[in-house]
Amino acid sequence: MTDLVETGTRSVGSSASKSYYQGDAFAARLRQRYAAERNFKIAGYASIGIAAVMLVVLLSTIIGQGYTAFWQTRIQIEATIDPAEVAPVGTTDRTKISQGNFNKLLRDALAAQFPDITDRSDRRKMYDVLSSGAAYELADAVMENPALIGQKVKLWVTASDDVDQLMKGYIERDAREENRKVNDIQLRVVDKLTADKNIALQFNDTLFTRGDSREPEMAGLWGSIKGSFLTLLVTMFLAVPIGVSAAIYLEEFAPKNKLTDFIEVNINNLAAVPSIVYGLLGLAVFLNFFGMPRSAPLVGGVVLALMTLPIIIIASRAALKAVPPSIRDAALGVGASPLQAVLHHRLPLAMPGILTGTILGMAHALGETAPLLMIGMVAFIVDIPGGFTDSATLLPVQIYMWADSPERAFTERTSAAILVLLGFLVMMNGLAVFLRKKFERRW
Amino acid sequence: MQVQTNFAAKSPLPLDAEGTPIKMQARGVKVFYGPKQALKGIDIDIGENKVLALIGPSGCGKSTFLRCLNRMNDTIEHCRVEGLLTLDGEDVYGHNIDTVQLRARVGMVFQKPNPFPKSIYDNISYGPKIHGMASHKDEMDEIVEKSLQRAGLWNEVKDRLREPGTGLSGGQQQRLCIARAIAVSPEVILMDEPCSALDPIATAHIEELIDELRENYTIVIVTHNMQQAARVSQKTAFFHLGEMVECDDTEEIFTNPRDERTQGYITGRYG
Repeated sequence: MTDLVETGTRSVGSSASKSYYQGDAFAARLRQRYAAERNFKIAGYASIGIAAVMLVVLLSTIIGQGYTAFWQTRIQIEATIDPAEVAPVGTTDRTKISQGNFNKLLRDALAAQFPDITDRSDRRKMYDVLSSGAAYELADAVMENPALIGQKVKLWVTASDDVDQLMKGYIERDAREENRKVNDIQLRVVDKLTADKNIALQFNDTLFTRGDSREPEMAGLWGSIKGSFLTLLVTMFLAVPIGVSAAIYLEEFAPKNKLTDFIEVNINNLAAVPSIVYGLLGLAVFLNFFGMPRSAPLVGGVVLALMTLPIIIIASRAALKAVPPSIRDAALGVGASPLQAVLHHRLPLAMPGILTGTILGMAHALGETAPLLMIGMVAFIVDIPGGFTDSATLLPVQIYMWADSPERAFTERTSAAILVLLGFLVMMNGLAVFLRKKFERRW
Repeated sequence: MQVQTNFAAKSPLPLDAEGTPIKMQARGVKVFYGPKQALKGIDIDIGENKVLALIGPSGCGKSTFLRCLNRMNDTIEHCRVEGLLTLDGEDVYGHNIDTVQLRARVGMVFQKPNPFPKSIYDNISYGPKIHGMASHKDEMDEIVEKSLQRAGLWNEVKDRLREPGTGLSGGQQQRLCIARAIAVSPEVILMDEPCSALDPIATAHIEELIDELRENYTIVIVTHNMQQAARVSQKTAFFHLGEMVECDDTEEIFTNPRDERTQGYITGRYG
């Protein structure tokens, strides 16, 4: 700075006119340049700020709506396992036990707690505080431990979704009875249970261990998580080897001519094809022509693999292209064959980029619903898939179906399912970052 | 290819005017990059165990010619080579020549040091490994040590063979690349401006090395540095605009050039 001033003074001293760079016109220009830079910075901050705010709003909404779904109201019941209703004392055969009338046991247990409710319709209302799945929970407990037959059992069973919503504060107690999902009898029952500490919010393990259900309190994500896993497994084992091999061939071996240009243009176009088109393709080719099973992770995986292939090919080619050609020259120079030059040198160096592209492609596939629409994977499927050809549904499909359900309890479960899906996506992206760091090398 | 017989010949190679066996020979070599002609008919004899320097202004085709000698030009799209190029009398571009074999026999050192991003040991052992030159780890260790010794790098790196080759200094990296080329026991080593990215001390190292390597290998070196050409080579060829203007003994070229373009270049009038 001082140098500049000195030179300036000297030049003014030696000659009458200032140089161009010391003139006012240049100073104004300089100010303008800095102003442009400042404005650009402000615009940048603003965009980042807006993006951050939107993300926060999105996440806080989902979390705010969804966190309650991780808890579920349960009611403690003291039931007598009457051998007359279930099976003789000493029975261990599970199927025999499962045929018992556990519903009646639960009802009797409730009735015993509320002897003053005698009217038939009132009793029915009272029974409805329990989930229709509660009988299965009691049955499961007895099947696990047949020695309980003939004994008194204390057991936490799932409450109905309306009672659950009431406990979570989503249902107004002061509303008139006909406008309230929980009627007066049920309110009385819940209040008594609360007073006796026989009703409580507990961790909702049902959400992670069961398949879908029409009853919100019995509905879980495990079926769709497993379906997503099986489908992505198929996608990965198809798309990654084929995509990477295609990228290697196109980048390293294919002659540069009209045909490869045509293929390249088409691959780029395929990456932009609406995903539902892949679903139609899957329906026409895999289901109708090859007669593969409907709703199966196998078909879903193949369709998603087709959708992911262009992404993987483009990312892998870019990664291979980014490896300096000097490495290939070095390998060829010591007499490596072109394939050896690729497999031993260029591919390992391109690995971080390939992995990043692959995992992002897989994450994209994980969040896709449209292509599954046509192959019957957007369906209400209760059973948990055991293999690649069983009927299954996927996480995003589950979210869509729950969002479509009228029950209030499905609203929070939808948000919870979104959180689970986001969790998996974050895990996959974290894996991508980890692998990139691990394989990254300098050259 | 006819083999000339000579009563003094120890090798079956044809001899040049001074009685040096000709390791590689170019006759009318033309190279095209698409429609553009880069070399317009080159005739050159490369003597066994000699250093041939290729000099000339940028873009004159010296590197192109060098890359023809081990067919590295094959990797360049739309590159076409015409004319005859032989190694030990065998057509380099013939049908029965395999490029993998050719490049193992004619090794190459590049302008920018390009070690693999692997350990020093792996850099050297890669070539011998893919060619199956060592059946034992001991043999491989020996090859690595010998190659590094020949390249004058052994004393500097013997304690850190497992460290990455990219962590060495520029001059050391270039010697590592030379050691890597030597490791596969080539007959000819091509060097494409091997010192252009190096400081004078590292350059002096490499020049000394080239002089020692001459005993066992035939060397062709492209250089922009005329003092270097004068120091390390026995023969020098001057290239200009895709033509080989003149090829003669190095001393002859630098003291008594026949062509005025050569004269102009070596005296620094252009290029």
